[in-house]
Amino acid sequence: MARSSATAPDAFTGATPDNAMRDADRAEAAMVAADGTPLKRSLNRALRAQKLRALALIAPLLIFVLVTFVAPIADMLFRSVENDIISENLPRTVQALDNWNGEDLPDEEVFRALGADLVIASELRNHTRIGSRLNYEMTGISSLFRQTGRDVDDIGEIYADQFIALDEAWEEPSTWMTLMAADRWIEDREGWLRDAAEAEAAQDAAETREEARALDFDTPEPAFRISDLASEALPRTASIYSEFARVIQTEDEDSPAEEDPWNIVYQALYEDLSAGRGEGYEGEAAALIAAAREAVPQFEERSVRDFFLEEIDEDWADTQIWGTIEAFSDPYTAGYFLTAADLRLTANGIEAQPEGEQIYLMLFQRTLFMSLAIMFSCIALGYPIAFLLSNLPMRTSNLLLILVLLPFWTSLLVRTSAWKVLLQQQGVINDILVWLGVISDTARLALINNQTGTIIAMTHILLPFMILPLYSVMKTIPPHYVRAAKSLGATNWTAFWRVYFPQSVPGIGAGCILVFILSIGYYITPELVGGTTGTFISNRIAYHISTSLNWGLAAALGTILLVVVLVLYYLYDRLVGIDNVSLG
Amino acid sequence: MQLPPYATTGQRIWFYTFRVICGLIFFFLIAPILTIIPLSFNAENFFTFTPGMLAFEADAYSLRHYRDFFTNPQWQSALRNSVQIAPAATLLSVALGTLAAIGLSQSHVPARRAIMAILISPMIVPLIISAAGMYFFYSRIGLQGTYLGVVLAHAALGIPFVIITVTATLVGFDNSLTRASANLGAGPVRTFFKVQMPLILPGVISGGLFAFITSFDEVVVVLFVGSAGQKTLPWQMFIGLREQISPTILAVASILVAISIALLTTVELLRRRSERMRGLSPG
Repeated sequence: MARSSATAPDAFTGATPDNAMRDADRAEAAMVAADGTPLKRSLNRALRAQKLRALALIAPLLIFVLVTFVAPIADMLFRSVENDIISENLPRTVQALDNWNGEDLPDEEVFRALGADLVIASELRNHTRIGSRLNYEMTGISSLFRQTGRDVDDIGEIYADQFIALDEAWEEPSTWMTLMAADRWIEDREGWLRDAAEAEAAQDAAETREEARALDFDTPEPAFRISDLASEALPRTASIYSEFARVIQTEDEDSPAEEDPWNIVYQALYEDLSAGRGEGYEGEAAALIAAAREAVPQFEERSVRDFFLEEIDEDWADTQIWGTIEAFSDPYTAGYFLTAADLRLTANGIEAQPEGEQIYLMLFQRTLFMSLAIMFSCIALGYPIAFLLSNLPMRTSNLLLILVLLPFWTSLLVRTSAWKVLLQQQGVINDILVWLGVISDTARLALINNQTGTIIAMTHILLPFMILPLYSVMKTIPPHYVRAAKSLGATNWTAFWRVYFPQSVPGIGAGCILVFILSIGYYITPELVGGTTGTFISNRIAYHISTSLNWGLAAALGTILLVVVLVLYYLYDRLVGIDNVSLG
Repeated sequence: MQLPPYATTGQRIWFYTFRVICGLIFFFLIAPILTIIPLSFNAENFFTFTPGMLAFEADAYSLRHYRDFFTNPQWQSALRNSVQIAPAATLLSVALGTLAAIGLSQSHVPARRAIMAILISPMIVPLIISAAGMYFFYSRIGLQGTYLGVVLAHAALGIPFVIITVTATLVGFDNSLTRASANLGAGPVRTFFKVQMPLILPGVISGGLFAFITSFDEVVVVLFVGSAGQKTLPWQMFIGLREQISPTILAVASILVAISIALLTTVELLRRRSERMRGLSPG
């Protein structure tokens, strides 16, 4: 364990720009370099060049590490609070819920907003994602959203029928075009249609098939633009219609000019007209709107709220569901961290998780407890070895050090498989114990798939990390201190405990922190020999990433673990120094 | 540590007890690794010594698990992946790491501590956290499940080892040598390859070996960043241990133990050579 000072402050002697600089400072008259420039300026330039050269050498690696390692960690930190799925996919609902008092069933407006949001979300096939996100907070929401996504496109059907009965023009996509599309878009589209026709004509004229294929026209239709007139007069209809046009263009790769609008567009139109909007509309379809405005009060009504509760699912009457949606409507949330602390965010603020679902505090406790147990067993086993190694002659101790370094260099999976083989019920250790008659063949010890297994295997794996720092500290303890203590009348024990041991404490500290840092983040060994009771928080993180897919919670647990490790590492740095990490 | 001739009986007892305790701990350290070697020659599909093995009967031992390793397509593709990923990652981290270490050991580097902390961080952050972050981020940028993604991730993990070993070698580097070389008319590139490189080569090689073993042994990150196409040897062992435990794993493990003994010897020889070159006594 060589102590290095490669990164310590400047300790060079001889001609460096620094020393010359100090000389220049001390000189009474201005010193001048050979080319006539003042020495100070010339030296400053040299110093700057040197700094730039050093940075240029470091830069490629620094950028590499920033991109491949630091950015991923930052991404994880960001994901632990990110929560834009609700606010992005249910924007109208989130806004409408602002006025909800949190106790009664939300009013018609909220249900209308939810209907509109969910139609769009289910067309984009996003409603299941919203459902599974909310399901982390309240079980059962996922199936409710899946069920709702199936039925939600019937909202507004009743109005669609009535508008069409009033005037068949309402069924025509072209009517909606004149009503909703911006003139600019219609022009763009005409140009695009001309281009397409030209391309087709050119294709027909082509002589070979290859030529024709080369002339294929694959420019998409220009993106739909809503007319300002419509969004002013009929804001809701315009908003839903432009979503409709966007989905038709991007998801189905069709043209809104040729597709019948969704029922929810008619629902929005009804909402606009029945609220008295659309009065000042003076576009091309003004007559149509005026006629509809007059007819709307006589329309048969169907409340969206009733539709949700009667036709889709009566669970929508549960205010807890609405509370959950509201609680997670912010684009950023502390919800994952609360879950990691066995708390949860509800409409009424922060509450404890129900009894049966409190697992994370227990897991953190277990991780800490087991890491401490591993750390103490490493001290107990490592101290005598380090003591022996540092008191033996160099030749013998170097030979014995190989016995420490060999496990250190052996693949982690090799060591874990060795323990898996040794600790099994039908494994070598149990066989030997039975053969020795210590235990009977029927009462074999359960040494694996529990905490015992994890502690034994991990003590073995981390022991070299305790021995090596201890050994490097003990090697520097002068042996004559103990001899002096003994010659002054101390017993062996007093000499050890009062003189030797205090000098070895820095080594213990370094080894402990190292072993502890390594063990609280361990994944492979607990996964393989820990069963269900001997696993760590890291196993839970892996479970949330690959099995439950609750990435936000995995990121929050990871963030907590990272903070603990960084604090410990800071202590290690204060105690030992970053640069003194050595590799045997 | 020797027993003085005037030691009392109690001291004698303690002296020998202590040696026995230390012997037991050494046994604890080394026995698990050594046990799996004879077990890998088991003729049966068992994980324990059969009566035949204990009686040293020749037909209780066989090479069937080794044969399985060398013929089974799954193990072979895992071996191939490991051999393709580890050298690429090592090359990347050694090339970038050596340059940066040389930069870091110059006398004027602004924000040296901060830079050092960033470069060392892949070694400090628990693997599961690195793996989680890389999984999230690499799937955003389309590197998740690709060969390049795994190589980049492993290179990042190997970099701290290269930085640490190479900067340690550079501590003893005499900077007047590069000045002498420049004085004799050599350009910076020529100086680097003819003067600096031969002297720090032992450090670079042992840093490279550390980087190689990091990548070759690594399983957590590849488990998340890789996909079935990048299944490496440790990954295959991990699956084997978790699901269908087969003694072929022990054969693979024994081969890996042999490799690590070879690597340990190389690193130790390099360290001694480097210290000799710097005029320090080996130890």
